[in-house]
Amino acid sequence: MLKLEPRPNPSALMSWMSPLLAVLLTVMCGVVLFAALGKSPLTGLSVFFLEPIKDLRGWSEVGLKIAPLLLIAVGLAICFRANVFNIGAEGQLVIGAVAGGAVALALDDGSRGGALLIAAAMAAGMAGGMAWAAITAYLRDRFNANEILVSLMLVYVAQLLLSYLVHGALRDPEGYGFPQSRLLSSEFLLPILVPQTRLHIGILIALLVSALGWIYLARSFSGFKLQVGGMAPLAARYAGFSARKSLWTSMLVCGALAGLAGTAEVLGPIGQLTPSVSPGYGFAAIIVAYVGRLHPIGVLFSSFIMALFYIGGELSQSRLGMPSAITGVFQGILLFSLLACDILIHYKLSWRK
Amino acid sequence: MDASVSTVAPLIAAAINAGTPLMLAALGLLINEKSGVVNLGAEGMMLVAAIVGFAVTVHSDSVTFGFLAGALSGMLLAGFFALMTVWLGTNQYATGLALSLFGAGASAYIGIDYVGNSLANSRFEIPLLADIPFLGTALFKQHPMVYLSLFLCAGVAWFLYRTRAGLVLRAVGESPSSAHSLGYDVRRIRLAALLFGGACCGLAGAFLSLVYTPLWVEGMVAGRGWIALALTTFATWRPARVLIGAYLFGGVTILTFHAQGLGVSIASQLLSMLPYLATIVVLVLISQNANWIKLNMPASLGKNFHPSR
Repeated sequence: MLKLEPRPNPSALMSWMSPLLAVLLTVMCGVVLFAALGKSPLTGLSVFFLEPIKDLRGWSEVGLKIAPLLLIAVGLAICFRANVFNIGAEGQLVIGAVAGGAVALALDDGSRGGALLIAAAMAAGMAGGMAWAAITAYLRDRFNANEILVSLMLVYVAQLLLSYLVHGALRDPEGYGFPQSRLLSSEFLLPILVPQTRLHIGILIALLVSALGWIYLARSFSGFKLQVGGMAPLAARYAGFSARKSLWTSMLVCGALAGLAGTAEVLGPIGQLTPSVSPGYGFAAIIVAYVGRLHPIGVLFSSFIMALFYIGGELSQSRLGMPSAITGVFQGILLFSLLACDILIHYKLSWRK
Repeated sequence: MDASVSTVAPLIAAAINAGTPLMLAALGLLINEKSGVVNLGAEGMMLVAAIVGFAVTVHSDSVTFGFLAGALSGMLLAGFFALMTVWLGTNQYATGLALSLFGAGASAYIGIDYVGNSLANSRFEIPLLADIPFLGTALFKQHPMVYLSLFLCAGVAWFLYRTRAGLVLRAVGESPSSAHSLGYDVRRIRLAALLFGGACCGLAGAFLSLVYTPLWVEGMVAGRGWIALALTTFATWRPARVLIGAYLFGGVTILTFHAQGLGVSIASQLLSMLPYLATIVVLVLISQNANWIKLNMPASLGKNFHPSR
């Protein structure tokens, strides 16, 4: 029988290999799923892993999806390392989009624009995301309320607030009653990186954030204290590292990054406020963070994979006649696979009678 | 019949109707947590059960089959969750989250062909009792599942506090190593608890798509799985308080629908926030006293147990 035997020491190799194995396992599940549904697994594979990156336009779309995933995943990596289980990044993204979008709409009178005003909108978006995250942090800090449930409830509240605003205060008066704001003028949109594509400078910001995130976690004292608090709360307390500070730092950083991601969506590909500003980036980023080993550089790899899943899902609708909801199925399978493969860090498989 | 009776009685009936899925799910989660396992996958199980139950009912024309299929699909997912957390020792929180994300995707995928289908709105009433003025309308014209959920609540309370098996289950949740050293198979007991929880969440999901709405909309569970998780804390892990909490939340939900009819002119989106805000308020109020929570919470909640360690 196949048995799990405890390893004397956790395997460093497996801890690196496990995300790769998990992706492989997810792909295998995908092949089985495609075959079971009577679609050619080969076509399925090419739709998810070749077509999205077959030309420059494809790459630019992948980059467009990587930006929000990467931004949020870096924030979540910091949260999860501090043992703060913030699963409401989607809500922080939505409020960031609302705040950033509202400021951009207010500033945009058709005659001005430019880097400074865009930066102001981005700052407003970050502040919005931080404020939303601060609610969870405050209720956890002051009242000991479970951050998982509070942050998740706030996702629904945030989405309803966005819906309320685009149906009311922020609705385009000349939009024939459609629940959406007016389009931002081109001076308020993020500069395009590659001509003829939608790829904007958000990806550069995300890459910079991922590098800064690495410096913070691996090279700063504050990041060190935060991680000790996550791994060994008692040791952290003995050393005098403040758990409250870790909670607030990680939540506020994550909120700011999610808010930035939301604003970049509004000032980027969407160009206006609509009732839905995110196809679940905030939740997908949880998986991205775990598959990237909660490492600001590791999430680069996993956000790329997740971006492929998103685009593959969209393509499979046109190419295979399959609903794009298939993306959500693969997201779930990927996290399951990772959790299962992670067992091999502490155990090895062996045959025994 | 005077005006207050004719408006209040249907509101009470609707609140009970809206509270029932919360109670069903929360009772299942209560049993999970009494055995020491948190299943954050409640939302996902409810979503899958909602579409599976709906699809089966559409094809078989039988609500009973729909409920059974919903319960079975919940058990299937819960069984998978048990395999991962109880046998393979994966983190309960992350695994539950994966289940919720998977359930959201899978239900949306399965449900594509069923969007727009609707079921006949069936009416039930208990003979004689339904004719009582006020109470008849408020209490005795519910779907049979509502009464079943009340029996379930009483049954869970009786099981936990009046049977030997319930005592063993609580022992496993408080101290799995003690239960293990007394010869109880902790993993099997947790599996049984999780399967029961899955079945309950399945019934709750099926109730939403078969009785409450009754149709399939993507993401229709709308956080009720998470609210049910909060309810177990709110109830400090007591079945009777789950009942009170569930109906209270049912009442809040219904008020949001009827507020405009009652002359409150607030945008529907803001009113729809109420159940979520109420959940946060309740969590804050109940969690303030950390010692009280600690006293009532199963001691091994969220911690995995491996017999060889």
